[in-house]
Amino acid sequence: MRQWVMFVLELTGVNSFYGKAHILRDLGFSIQAGEVVSLLGRNGAGKTTTVKSIMQLVSPASGEVTFDGQSLTHLPTHRVAKLGIGYVPEERRIFTDLTISENLEVGRQPPRDGVFEWTQDIVFELFPNLAERRNNRGKALSGGEQQMLSIARTLMGNPRLLLLDEPSEGIAPVIVEQMAQTILKLKSEGLPVLLSEQNLHFAKIVSDRAIIIEGGLKKYDGAFAELESQPEIRDAYLSV
Amino acid sequence: MGLFIAQLLTGLANAATLFLVASGLSLIFGVTRIVNFAHGSFYMLGAFAGYSLMQVLPGAIGFWASVLLSGLIVGVIGVIVEILVLRPVYKAPELFQLVATFGVILVIQDLALMIWGAEDLLGPRAPGLKGVVRIMGEPVPKYDLALIAITPFVLFGLWYLITRTRVGVLVRAATQDREMVAALGVNQSWLFTGVFFLGAALAGLGGAIQLPKGGADLLMDFNILAAIFVVVVIGGMGSLPGAYIAAVLISVLNVFGVSYLPQSTLVLMFVVMAVVLTIRPYGLLGREEVVGEHGQVGEPERPIKPAGTKARLLVGALLIALLALPAVGSHFLVILATDIIIFCLFAASLHFLLGLGGLVSFGHAAYFGGGAYVAGLLVTHAHAPMELAFLLAPVGAGLAAVIVGWLCLRLTGVYFAMLTLALAQLLWSLVFQWDEFTGGDDGLVDIWPASWLSESNSYFYFTVIVGVGGIILLRHIAHSPFGYALRASRDSQRQAEATGINTKRVQWMAFTLAGALAGVSGALFVFSKGSVFPNELEIAKSFDALIVVFLGGVKTLSGGVVGAASLELVKDYLTRFEYWRLTLGLLIIVVVILAPHGIVGSLRKLYDKVFGSNDDPDSTGLNTPGTTQSRDMPGGVSGGGVS
Repeated sequence: MRQWVMFVLELTGVNSFYGKAHILRDLGFSIQAGEVVSLLGRNGAGKTTTVKSIMQLVSPASGEVTFDGQSLTHLPTHRVAKLGIGYVPEERRIFTDLTISENLEVGRQPPRDGVFEWTQDIVFELFPNLAERRNNRGKALSGGEQQMLSIARTLMGNPRLLLLDEPSEGIAPVIVEQMAQTILKLKSEGLPVLLSEQNLHFAKIVSDRAIIIEGGLKKYDGAFAELESQPEIRDAYLSV
Repeated sequence: MGLFIAQLLTGLANAATLFLVASGLSLIFGVTRIVNFAHGSFYMLGAFAGYSLMQVLPGAIGFWASVLLSGLIVGVIGVIVEILVLRPVYKAPELFQLVATFGVILVIQDLALMIWGAEDLLGPRAPGLKGVVRIMGEPVPKYDLALIAITPFVLFGLWYLITRTRVGVLVRAATQDREMVAALGVNQSWLFTGVFFLGAALAGLGGAIQLPKGGADLLMDFNILAAIFVVVVIGGMGSLPGAYIAAVLISVLNVFGVSYLPQSTLVLMFVVMAVVLTIRPYGLLGREEVVGEHGQVGEPERPIKPAGTKARLLVGALLIALLALPAVGSHFLVILATDIIIFCLFAASLHFLLGLGGLVSFGHAAYFGGGAYVAGLLVTHAHAPMELAFLLAPVGAGLAAVIVGWLCLRLTGVYFAMLTLALAQLLWSLVFQWDEFTGGDDGLVDIWPASWLSESNSYFYFTVIVGVGGIILLRHIAHSPFGYALRASRDSQRQAEATGINTKRVQWMAFTLAGALAGVSGALFVFSKGSVFPNELEIAKSFDALIVVFLGGVKTLSGGVVGAASLELVKDYLTRFEYWRLTLGLLIIVVVILAPHGIVGSLRKLYDKVFGSNDDPDSTGLNTPGTTQSRDMPGGVSGGGVS
């Protein structure tokens, strides 16, 4: 059985800027061990900036991001990753000139205490499509396969928390369905996930809790089930 | 037949050094995207270090140990340069780092002069490999055969490292997307340092291993620079096997060139490069660059705008001060001011191309020198009056730019830059070797202004009017619809095309205009000096302009002019001292580190910080928050991955 150690990710009063545009405004939330949380909001609400602010790809101007009690704020990105935060970017950003195997090799990190240790073989079990094409270059993959590879590559770093930035974007519904199964599988084994999403249906399948942001402000933080009974929130911040 | 084989072998042996040095350059560029001008300096240091070590280490073992140690020492020097000079400026706009590496060239030149002196050093022969072997009756040095045997092993070793090891996988990944590599937990700064060590060490090895065939002297750095750039580009940026093939091709052709067509030697490799790039725009084994693949480097561009009232008043005041100069200043000061204005116009024309057009030309001296030569030749051979010669100079330079632009604009990024360099070099060697027409090395002399300008200060006034007029014209064009189209083509070629702009034609016109105005500055130059020599067409002259544009600030309109004026002034002062290169080099490095946006750009950032800014580019609401803008790199040099 795969195991993940107990921990928590916490954001408090985070303000982030892109250039001079104020994107995140006093954003705060936390993720408990074993939880899958969806970060919802419209285009431009600040979902990607939230994820990047955790990775320190965007440096928050103020506020604090802690992981397992340790402050991440102003750490170099590679140190954040080394602490066990696995990041799957919106644009997937696989290395198109490298083979699938090599892509996975880039993501590989030494084993971490108390964390499940991934190998290429185990990753290929989870993503059988990739296994057949392990010696193909990344550029030969379809959009869905690239997304799978991007997740697989991050898993090779033996993460203690997975950040998925809009994984369903631009992907065929069949593949989204597959991906949901994969995330549920990871969840059942205890890997916590922060999922930034616009696809409400997909988010509902995989996550227990929803955080809704709009204009960089947190508008809702609670169980998905409760969101169902508050259609006015959904209509105000999620529907187009 | 024997002679043919012997020559072939000599070529292959020469290729060893070229390959070693070029592969290092290719590696460094592939991963760090830095065009390392100082790579020739690493090679020179390797030769000097090897020479000194061979004096103390005896025998064959001592010889080969010296070669390896030289590589190691130069590798460490590369690491020092990377950590001290380049790390602080990785986040600077693309290509800015090449200014820092130019500073390193100057520093190393003077350090080598201090340590090893100005005398050329003759390399020791390799113990145990001193004689020759007869192959079909022709003598072939044993050392050549050793070099031919060694090179494939080096190639294989590098190939194995890059394709078969984890480090190699990380290096190739970083070549494509550094930020993602960091987000996966890899400390890319050590990866960069490691690559710099390896690249510099290879250059050092190359310098030491060629000692028995050549030696060590202070001109080695620039002498090999053009050749290794050519090899890397012909092979395809980042491709090691490509670099090997190109090194062999160039070296072998060179040996045959020397024997059968001696006047071809200077130009041969540039012709080969021009031919290869015309047929295969990304080199023999290079791959096509995908536009915008590496994402945007640095912050979004700050839009430029016409000068405000304050700026206009300042320029007006400066102009009045300039015109009053002959009345108050010495004759020497007037000459210095003339030189500065000419250089400013030259730099401004390159800045127009580079800053607004995003077209990095490494061969802009061709149009400066070209203009000067057109005027000079008209006066010398056709006895044309100065006025006619002066008018035809920009026409000639513009015509050259039309042709070069047409050839080069089919390429992008570093390939574009290198082809402009190659064609400029072609022009230079033509002028240099066509003695009876151009005067060759002796240049053209006795080219003086017409009588109405021959009075002591009238030529100065003429220079002010034409020079400043040219700069203002360029500025004006930047704010014309043509200027908008040019900037649009730079920022996003595809989007510009979609709005109906013929981007290639716009860029071609800009290239021509920049060439013509460089021609004007060349004409001003030739009549102010009364003579012109081939060095006005040299790579060094092109680099000078490139350096000042970056130093002043690519992304600011006045960058070229400010950079040119500052550098000329500083140079004028510093060249009175013995080790002026060292001082100038350190100064450039300090400026690069302190002002990563160029002098003007960084001053303005400081101003904005202190006084606040009211024209913030993001307040328009056009930027979608939370998304990373990805687009073509402005002024970006990019090439293939390491393979």
